[in-house]
Amino acid sequence: MKPLDPRLLRYARSTRGFLALAVAVGVVTAVLVITQARLLSDAIVSVSAGGADWEAIRGTILALAAVFVARALVAWLAEVAAVRASARAKQDLRESALEHVLALGPAGPAAQSPGETAALITRGIDALDGYYARYLPQLVLAVIVPVAVLLTVLGQDLLTTVIIAVTLPLIPIFMALIGMYTKAQVDRQWQTLAVLSGHFLDLVSGLPTLKAFGRAKTQVEAIRAIGDRYRSTTMGVLRVSFLSSLWLELLATLSVALVAVSVGLRLAEAQITYPVALFVLLLAPEAYLPLRLVGQHFHAAAEGLGAADRVFTILETPVPTGGSALLPSGPVAVEVSALQVSYPDRPRPALAETSFVAEPGTVTAIVGGSGGGKSTLLSALLGFVVPTAGRISVRSGAEARDLTDLDLDAWRARVAWVPQRAHLPAAHLPATPTVAEAVALRGAADEDAVWRALEQAGLADEVRGLPDGLATRLAADGSGLSVGQLQRLCLARALLEPADVVLLDEPTAALDPATEAAVTAAIGRLADAGATVIVVAHRPALVEIAHQVVRLQTAAGDEGVDEAAGRAAAQRAVRSASW
Amino acid sequence: MVSAGPPPVRGAVRALWEGMSSQRRELAVAGLLGAAASASAVALMGVSGWLISRAAEMPPVLTLTVAAVLVRFLALSRALLRYVERLVGHDAAFRGLTQLRIVVYRNLERLAPNGLAAFGRGDLLARLVADVDAALDLPLRVVLPWVQAALVSMATAAFLVWLLPASGAAIGLLAVVALVATPWLAARIAQGAEARMAPERAHLSATVVRALDATPELTAFGAGAAATARVRALDDGLTRLNLRESYALGVGSSVGIVVQGAAVALALAIAIPAVTDGRIEPVWLAVIALLPLALFDVLATLPGSALAYQRLRGSALRLQEVEAAPSPVVEPADPRAVPADFTGVRCVGVSASWVPGETTLHEVDLVFEPGQRVAVVGPSGSGKSTLAAVLMGFLPYEGSATLSGVELRDTDGDDLRRHVGLLTQQAHIFDTTIADNVRIGDPHADDDAVVAALAAAQLDAWVAALPSGMHTTVGSFGLTISGGERQRIALARLLLADRPLAILDEPTEHLDGPTADALTRTLSAALRDRTVLLITHRLIGLEQVDRIVELHDGRVRASGTHDELMALGGWYAEQWLLESERRDMTALLADLPVGRGVAGPAAT
Repeated sequence: MKPLDPRLLRYARSTRGFLALAVAVGVVTAVLVITQARLLSDAIVSVSAGGADWEAIRGTILALAAVFVARALVAWLAEVAAVRASARAKQDLRESALEHVLALGPAGPAAQSPGETAALITRGIDALDGYYARYLPQLVLAVIVPVAVLLTVLGQDLLTTVIIAVTLPLIPIFMALIGMYTKAQVDRQWQTLAVLSGHFLDLVSGLPTLKAFGRAKTQVEAIRAIGDRYRSTTMGVLRVSFLSSLWLELLATLSVALVAVSVGLRLAEAQITYPVALFVLLLAPEAYLPLRLVGQHFHAAAEGLGAADRVFTILETPVPTGGSALLPSGPVAVEVSALQVSYPDRPRPALAETSFVAEPGTVTAIVGGSGGGKSTLLSALLGFVVPTAGRISVRSGAEARDLTDLDLDAWRARVAWVPQRAHLPAAHLPATPTVAEAVALRGAADEDAVWRALEQAGLADEVRGLPDGLATRLAADGSGLSVGQLQRLCLARALLEPADVVLLDEPTAALDPATEAAVTAAIGRLADAGATVIVVAHRPALVEIAHQVVRLQTAAGDEGVDEAAGRAAAQRAVRSASW
Repeated sequence: MVSAGPPPVRGAVRALWEGMSSQRRELAVAGLLGAAASASAVALMGVSGWLISRAAEMPPVLTLTVAAVLVRFLALSRALLRYVERLVGHDAAFRGLTQLRIVVYRNLERLAPNGLAAFGRGDLLARLVADVDAALDLPLRVVLPWVQAALVSMATAAFLVWLLPASGAAIGLLAVVALVATPWLAARIAQGAEARMAPERAHLSATVVRALDATPELTAFGAGAAATARVRALDDGLTRLNLRESYALGVGSSVGIVVQGAAVALALAIAIPAVTDGRIEPVWLAVIALLPLALFDVLATLPGSALAYQRLRGSALRLQEVEAAPSPVVEPADPRAVPADFTGVRCVGVSASWVPGETTLHEVDLVFEPGQRVAVVGPSGSGKSTLAAVLMGFLPYEGSATLSGVELRDTDGDDLRRHVGLLTQQAHIFDTTIADNVRIGDPHADDDAVVAALAAAQLDAWVAALPSGMHTTVGSFGLTISGGERQRIALARLLLADRPLAILDEPTEHLDGPTADALTRTLSAALRDRTVLLITHRLIGLEQVDRIVELHDGRVRASGTHDELMALGGWYAEQWLLESERRDMTALLADLPVGRGVAGPAAT
């Protein structure tokens, strides 16, 4: 494990200042620890050997008390600074990770591994606490304090200096040796532990299934068995880590004992003075303490750095940034030429070669079976996906631009989009947005505009009928509104502001015939008003209003198959899927 | 979360302790070992101080031998005792954890599945499991450290009282401050920041999940910056709590150091006049000054223990809520056995609800005979799954529902479920082998029976292609499986269980069209000769079932065969036609060329 990932300095800007502060705290701590030993040994020696009385050393005791107070202040400062730095770093990383994930859109980690990404952005980044707030400051202390102690002792007693100088490096060397020797074993055991700790959750999540089969009560034995395995595996890991702390502690305490006995015996033979002996005795343990503490925070730190590493992987995924060009205002034609999209980890292209031109004032229907890349095509038009081959160019008036050259935010502001799955977030992400908030996702809009959009989407009457009207809250799972209503709400959201290009992904999927007709008519009116409408259609009604139909190749690859035979097979499949 | 209201706090941690302190003796041993280890550390300091001070008087070296040996011995014993204490303490704590898991599992089992709804899905359940794990801190970070610190404090104070009574009294008093007042102060300043952090953290998590779910919308509608700002604001709140906790911990350790300084200074202030007076020999001064230094190092961890205790309290409370939650179904004290011979199901005027006072099923009448296939259809929220829950014995009901002539509420739930099997929309697949997953249906089935069940679920070819066949591990720690395979494994499980009545609750709900069709074919073939209650809102394919019951708002609106319902021309007929029309699209478009635009109907 690298003690400090240089990328942390780049992405978590507060790290630099925090490191400087940690060094300052280390230096002050070292000075205070040495002063404390000096004052304490002075006080004891001058009374028990020099015959000084309370009056004579009251000043020393007061100074000693002051050192303790100063150490208390430094301890408080160090703790708060460490947690503050950690919190800053976590916030910075969390914000940039989320920003980046949002910018990557539906082709990024949010869609590919949503659970994992959410866990990383939330709990994963929290694991940095172990690294920032505990490990890093301790590491700095472990460098500064032993060196300071060693230099101080050097001025006092050579033999003690030698003992400390020889034994001190053994601690990190031992730590590394034990770490290397046990790494494979410990890693394997950590893996087993992850599996085992997942088991209990697995059983609890599967309780309905177990109960349905009358197997729930008998699982108590399984839990006992899993618990026993969990315990013995954990103890296996802990035994190794306890054993390594035992070695380190033995090394440290025996070295201190060695110093104590050696100075004691030499003192009895007058080879060393009492003040020096006591001072050295008090100082010796302070050289070992910070090094031993570093080891304690090692695992937590490794976990935190691991999480940071995964965040950096996300941050280093390039975002399709587009360019900076702006398209002049006015109607927009979209030209798709030989467009192809493939993902590196999938054998088949997500979108096979496709070409068409969608003119302003027309409806283009995209059709085809599942897996044909209909949604991929819309993603490409929104600039979320970079074409593997071919191009998308957009034309307004006389000016034509490649989509990759456009400022994507400005482009998206001119595109209205109705996604296939009805997600109705509000900009500030409440658990239950109101109808008005969900419709006005682009930003605040006045009520009239919202009503107009609802009217166009054929939903106004139903919203009027809701108890709270526009202020009705949409439950997180969409309950309260039917799927068809949610879908029309998505449509209203897209229609809130006039758009030059309208992309719709199966906008009538869950509508009854009457509503479907109303929505289809609304879509037709958009084209009549001059918009370029591209609609993924799966119902004949939508195809009816299309000026152009584009069929995409399906996942099954139906090219080359005799069309009539394919049709017959499709119908057979439908009929045979019956009870 | 649960209507019963929050239970008292104090009892919660005690209940937690009682739930996991089955290993009292081992924990006591660990406490004593730890105290001895800490005492060794304190004594090491004292003996070393004495050694140096005595040596300064330049006695014959022989008189120092005992002390020199003692120093080495204490150095060894401190490290070794700590090692043994950790092993014994952790082992006992983990045994206690297993005990606690069983207690919690029994409670969850009692509530499952419908009583668990009160605790939410997924995340909250996971948190509950994490709460059990968190209980480990109670013995290891709270009880043992405090007990050890108290014991060492008593021993040190007693020794000092013997040496110089006033110094012993002073150190004892300050030790009480470090044992009680400093941790209390830290806890007071933290004000349960950690406990309040848990819901804030959950809030942040939920918000991030919402943002990720809606990523395309947020970006496409230019709302990404607002969303990020919102998360940042929530993070700020969390950071404030984080800092409050660090203030508390910082104050705790600073006060600890100040008390340590006060102890050392006070010990010197008391001992120096005593040395001057000749009440004690000068050689003891170092001992009296250094013992408190070492003792208060031991006491320094206690503010951390106080915060750990606060953290635990939240977990303990949530676990107690589970304990206090009422059982959804009260099993009869003297259950009637369900006869082995299945003679059908009769429901007369059955009403039921998930939430008290909110009826989701209204006086439903439903009869079906052995060998019949009955479909219950209707829009979502019409009470279809409620009916399944009643028949499974998961929900209390009014009216009369009998299976083979026995009233359901008079039976033992597990006995009833030996006659009724259930396949739900998202069957749980456990993190174990495919064979073990299937064997949940019948734990005593041999491999041949499992193979036969897998074959009937049409998984034989898929299983044969896996690295270890049906002994391949699936789930989050093994093979990733598709939704269709998941449902088929669950079907094999149901077939192996061989229940006279099989309830299928939206078995194809989360699957795409072709996969759903394929699964429907398999289900239909595999369950050919059985009594099946099919709950669905997909109407295509119901042409051949014996009867279709249409539920709306928890009431039966219509019932009959496919042909009868089509003739009726109501909701069923309308939806069925709509679905078939959608399918016809595939055939309609088969003539179009691929990958390029052609003129559409509106072009002319």
